[in-house]
Amino acid sequence: MNRRNFITKTTASSALLGLGGLSMGSCSSRQRHITILHTNDVHSHIEPFPKSHSDYPDLGGVARRAALVRRIREENPNTLLFDAGDIFQGTPYFNFYGGELEFKLMSLLRYDAATIGNHDFDNGIEGLFTQLPNARFQLLSSNYDFSNTLMDGLVKPFSVYAVDGINVGVYGLGIKLEGLVNQKHYKETLYLDPYETALDSERILKEDEHCDLIVCLSHLGYKYKNENRPSDVKLAASTRHTDLVIGGHTHTFLEKPTVVKNRSDKEVLVNQVGCFGINLGRVDFYWDAARNKNGNGVTLTI
Amino acid sequence: MKHFVVFITIGCLLACHQNPPVLSQIKASQLQIDDSLPSYDSVETFLHPYSRRLNQVLDSALAYAPKKISKGDGEYNTTAGNLLADIMMSETRPIFKSRTGKDIDFVLFNHGGIRSILSKGKVSARNAYEVMPFENTVTVVALQGTSVRDLVSYLVRAKRAHPISGMQVVLNRDGSLKSASIQGKPIDGTRIYYIATSSYLVSGGDNMIFFREAIEVFETDYKIRNMLIDYFGKVDTLNPKIDNRFVRLK
Repeated sequence: MNRRNFITKTTASSALLGLGGLSMGSCSSRQRHITILHTNDVHSHIEPFPKSHSDYPDLGGVARRAALVRRIREENPNTLLFDAGDIFQGTPYFNFYGGELEFKLMSLLRYDAATIGNHDFDNGIEGLFTQLPNARFQLLSSNYDFSNTLMDGLVKPFSVYAVDGINVGVYGLGIKLEGLVNQKHYKETLYLDPYETALDSERILKEDEHCDLIVCLSHLGYKYKNENRPSDVKLAASTRHTDLVIGGHTHTFLEKPTVVKNRSDKEVLVNQVGCFGINLGRVDFYWDAARNKNGNGVTLTI
Repeated sequence: MKHFVVFITIGCLLACHQNPPVLSQIKASQLQIDDSLPSYDSVETFLHPYSRRLNQVLDSALAYAPKKISKGDGEYNTTAGNLLADIMMSETRPIFKSRTGKDIDFVLFNHGGIRSILSKGKVSARNAYEVMPFENTVTVVALQGTSVRDLVSYLVRAKRAHPISGMQVVLNRDGSLKSASIQGKPIDGTRIYYIATSSYLVSGGDNMIFFREAIEVFETDYKIRNMLIDYFGKVDTLNPKIDNRFVRLK
């Protein structure tokens, strides 16, 4: 939250100083590199699966993920780490400690933000609220309206991270709760249309916050047979400015990110890395100096 | 010094807005978390007291099973099924009675909902998690006697050892229904029966569509797993028997 304040302040002062006509052209003369790391649907899987597990023998584990994240941060300090929801529920750690460990460990790994999955309501909205002091990362959701709940003001629709002079805008989207989560758990949380709120959030991030990269953390699910159900693939196609959708909910193990053409015929990446902390997703973005611009070529290596 | 850093950042941000950098390359990869990675010590250290406590609680013996308890040791009723259904009956009855003043007539659970055996020897809370990893709760459904007959037809058609308690179903040699009774009495189509079951089945799991005819649904909010743990803590020995509650005549 402090980080967010800092960014808000610097953006304000830069606008102010802009009147003075300051010019320092040096920053766009070198390449920039931002690494985005992501998980989804970790479901309280803190320890690796047992060696005897028939599906995921000896895979996963937060201590190993921490080592990997640290190594990547040493390679590139300009790294952001996100989660796409369903942090809670799946091992006795959640039943025993109510999500305390999950949030504390994510803080230890220096997660920057996460969106809220349906299972994050499993101990009720009170259960989620209780664990918030353990989260040194921001919860993001632009389509859950918590105004009439005790989470009011504690979840932001989006956040901006200024990394190496690049503004990374991140917004969150959650799945429809009715029919999926007991109403006594989500209480008066309102679910708003994810496509509409996505368009609003990305427009603000692009036009008002001047973001160079826009990421959506979504717990909508990768895609569904029923075309009317909101999904990441359909969401990506309906946006204008979003560059990357980091998805969750459907526990989809994608071999590589799916490339979707958006409304402006621009390519958007949709990614999801299965579940239970078995994989870490990594997307590296490189920016060239403006003067080296050669047409519209973004090289995509997936 | 701090101000200087802020100043540089501001200058840089500003310049970038005037002359934005151009996205040139995107690389995506997926990294598997496996044993090639070392464990980050501070995570292990942090975790230790929690995992020790968890393992202590999960692995301390609550009860003792003199023999293996399995859902595969009988044709239409099994040791594991009978144990689970009987626990659901004995543990739900007083709760339901105190909340509504009514009695549970019988229990229906699903054979597929029992996810593990209980091995011979000590029984712990960890075993309850293995048997019942899901978060399903005990739900009580009020059904008209006519709908209870549909429930019995379902059991006859399913040909599976779906666990029951408080009810007897006898099949002929060819698998057709011979008789069905609840608390020792024939099913009365005109009366209402109260059935304790799993929230999973009430919401349509295992195609138990007769629950759609529910007159009323009472949610106990009691997780089936917690019910097992509580029961294991109360008794010394688990010694369920195969009996004649659901049988096919030879």
